[in-house]
Amino acid sequence: MSKLNVLALDFPPVSHLFEWPDFAFEGTPLAMNKTVLIYLLALALTLGLFLLSGSKKGLVPRGISHVAEGGINFVEDSIVMQTMGNEGKKYVPFLTTMFFFIFFSNIFEVIPFIQFPANARMAVPIAMALMVWVIYNFLGVKNQGFFGYIKNSLFPPGVPKALYIIVTPIEFFSVFIIRPLSLAIRLWANMVAGHLLLVTFAVLSATLWDSTYVGALAPAAMLTLMTGFEILVSFLQAFIFTILTAVYMGGAIHPEH
Amino acid sequence: MLSLIASTISILAAAVTEGEGLKAIGAGLGYGLAAIGPGVGIGIVVGAAIDAMTRQPESAGTARTTMFLGIAFTEALALIGFVVFILLLP
Repeated sequence: MSKLNVLALDFPPVSHLFEWPDFAFEGTPLAMNKTVLIYLLALALTLGLFLLSGSKKGLVPRGISHVAEGGINFVEDSIVMQTMGNEGKKYVPFLTTMFFFIFFSNIFEVIPFIQFPANARMAVPIAMALMVWVIYNFLGVKNQGFFGYIKNSLFPPGVPKALYIIVTPIEFFSVFIIRPLSLAIRLWANMVAGHLLLVTFAVLSATLWDSTYVGALAPAAMLTLMTGFEILVSFLQAFIFTILTAVYMGGAIHPEH
Repeated sequence: MLSLIASTISILAAAVTEGEGLKAIGAGLGYGLAAIGPGVGIGIVVGAAIDAMTRQPESAGTARTTMFLGIAFTEALALIGFVVFILLLP
């Protein structure tokens, strides 16, 4: 890829922003690069948060337990209770872990000196989306039986009989193919877009600082604003991924009547 | 005026013969077109959610959750346009 030339600035090619060289175990399937390190860090943060706060006994949560309990309450009240109801309470640990893992791997987008959202690479989002696909299909078959699940998801009730010729292929396509794909693409593309936005304003500020000093004020202010906005986006994407998982699982447990 | 038209035509001709420029124009236009529908759609979703929240502030939590769900579903189309844009970049 050649260098892109935006407003006479040297904008790095897109592949340079997202592809990191391996630094350990090169050439093997276990090759490590920056993305892998960020995921390991996010994993360690998620594990550490809950293990540390779980090991502290006491009636009143304090310190790190506050964060963990707040997170669990948030997932239970505004994700599980809104979509699955009381039956969903046993899935709260799974959804909480997923929420925190995605949030931690997103938030490295704005952490100084790291500044790369690990979910801007497609591998882990698509793996998580396929995992969600397996889970909601399994729950559907378990709760409604194989034929019941197929019937409820492909033949939605309340549709005139003749329309099933059109509705059934569309439903098949959207339930079994589009759902995991859109789940993965939503997370990945939001992170790519955010990273590109931040890089654009950072490059603009750096170049204008070199040439005019004063001209860098506007893009630097925009960079600050966008950093705040990206914090919101990384939280929102973790929330949306988790709530969509809960919606799909709830739909598989309780079919529409 | 005539020279302006002539220069525009020569620029367009260069873009056609090079091909790379056309790709960039296609990528930009593709993303712009893909953003129209979701833009209108997200506006409708958020507007309706604000209507619901002001009419019944007690159920604002439910309205907000449903709003984010609606935004997520609507936004997917714009994101697919963005992916095509990234793939088409020269």
